Amino acid sequence: MTTVITVPPSLDDHSFEQVLEQVAPLPPDAKLLVDARHARWASPYGLTALLTLAQTRSERPTFAVPELEETASYWARAAFFQYAESVYDIVGAYPKRRELGESNVLLEITPIGKSDDVHSVVGRVQERAQRIIKTELKLDPKAIIGFAMTLSEVCQNIIEHAGQGGWVAVQSYRWTKRLGRRVVVIAVCDAGLGFRKSLESSPGHLASDRWDDAAALEEAVIRGVSRFRDRSRGQGLAGARNYVGRWNGKLSARSGTARIAIVPSWDDDVPLAEGLSPFPGAQVQVIIPEAVSGVPDR
Amino acid sequence: MMNHIDISSVLRQTLACDLYSNLVTRPTGAAVRGQIELMLGESTDRALTIIDFTQVSMIDISCADEVVAKLLLRYVSDSPPNDAYFLFRGVMGDHWDSIETVLERHGLALVIVHEDRVQVVGVLSDDERHAWDATYRLGRANAADVAAELGADADDPAVLRQMGDALDALCRKRLVMPVDGWFVAVGTPRG
Repeated sequence: MTTVITVPPSLDDHSFEQVLEQVAPLPPDAKLLVDARHARWASPYGLTALLTLAQTRSERPTFAVPELEETASYWARAAFFQYAESVYDIVGAYPKRRELGESNVLLEITPIGKSDDVHSVVGRVQERAQRIIKTELKLDPKAIIGFAMTLSEVCQNIIEHAGQGGWVAVQSYRWTKRLGRRVVVIAVCDAGLGFRKSLESSPGHLASDRWDDAAALEEAVIRGVSRFRDRSRGQGLAGARNYVGRWNGKLSARSGTARIAIVPSWDDDVPLAEGLSPFPGAQVQVIIPEAVSGVPDR
Repeated sequence: MMNHIDISSVLRQTLACDLYSNLVTRPTGAAVRGQIELMLGESTDRALTIIDFTQVSMIDISCADEVVAKLLLRYVSDSPPNDAYFLFRGVMGDHWDSIETVLERHGLALVIVHEDRVQVVGVLSDDERHAWDATYRLGRANAADVAAELGADADDPAVLRQMGDALDALCRKRLVMPVDGWFVAVGTPRG
C-alpha cells in the first residue's frame, strides 16, 4: 500500500513540518507518494529537505511533480529534479534544466560530500552574492565575505559530522509574507547522524539527565561544542551565529525532534522547538534580510 | 634569515588547481599548514617568516584555525621545532573576522603589517601590549628602557620585574626576539 504525503502549497522550513507529521507514523520501509502537484512555491530549505526526506526512506519513494508549469520550471532551474531523479521515482512532466537556460538562483541545489565541493560552492557563489548583497540587500560590502564564510562553515558541517553527503542551495527572493523585504537564504540539509548522535560519538561524552536532540542543538549551536576533543572545533557554527547576529539575520538548525533558532526582532519564531516529528540528520537555514529603507542595520 | 611565504601560491600547490583562491575547509587549511611547516623545517637558524595573505580572497574559520592558530600553537609551545618568528602581511578586514575568532579561541596573538604599519593583535594582557608597543618604538630595548618609555619608574624593582615578565611572555609568544641581551619586536625595521 502506498501512503500519499501531501506537500503544502507553500513549502518552507515551517510548513515542511506538515510533511514530516504525515511521515512520522509510518515505518521506514513504507511506500510513499510525495505529492507536490498542488505546490506553488518552495524555499531552498523546502527543496533540499524534500531530497533529504527521500534519503531517509528504505523504500524508494515516488514524487508527483507540481502541476503549475511555473512552479515546475522554477524547481527545475533550482536543479531539484536533476537530483530528485536519483532518489525518487518521478511522476509527471517537468522541464529539463538544459532547456531552461541560465538560472537566476544564487546557487542551484548542489550535493556536498567532500571538501572540494565546498571550494566549488564558495567559488560559484562569491561573485553572484557580491551583487545581491550589495545591490539588492543594500548591506555593507563587509557582509559579502562573511556570507561566503558562513556558507562554507555550514556546508563543512555535513562533511565533518553527517557521515554521508547532503545538499545545499542558496536563493535570493522577496519574502513578502513574513518580512516584506528581500532576503538571501542558505539551506543545508543532510540525512546523516544528526547533532545528538554526532556529539554522543565524542570519546568524552557524558549524557546529562536532560540529554536529547534539543540539548544537543544547544550544545552545538549555542555553546560551540563539537564531537572532537580538539578545542579548535565547534567554531564554525559559532561563526555563522555571529554573522547572522551582525546582519540582523536568522539561523535555525533542526535535528531529530528539535529545532533551535537565533531569532531576530523581525521574526516571531520560537528559540527552541521540541517534540517535533523525527527527521534524521541536520537541517540548517540562514536568512539574511535586506537592510531597512536602504539604511544598513549595522 | 628572512623567508616569504605567499599563501595563495601555497594554496594553489596544495590543491593542484588554479581555480580556487579561497582558503576554506579544514583539510585545505591543514594541507596549507603542512606545506608551510615543510618550508620552515628546512631552516635551523633563527628565521623571520612573512606569511603573506595579500592574494587570498577569503579565509573561513576552520581554515584560519588550521593555517594560523595551529601554526602558531606549534611554535609557542615549550618545544618549538625551530626558532621561527612570524609577520603576517595582507591580512585585510575580510580575513580578520576569521583570524580574530581563532586567536581568541586559543589565546594567541600575532604581528601584522598593513600599509607599512606594524601592530600586534590578538589576546594579550595590557602589560604585554604596552611592552610590545614600547619595544617596537624603541627598536631594541630592555626592561628598564620599556619602563622608561611607558613613563614608569625604571629604578623601581617591582616595575622592572613587571616589565621583565611582560617581555618574557612576549618572547614565549614569539612576538619579541631576544637579541644579544636586548629585546626586539617582530616587525621592527632593520636599522
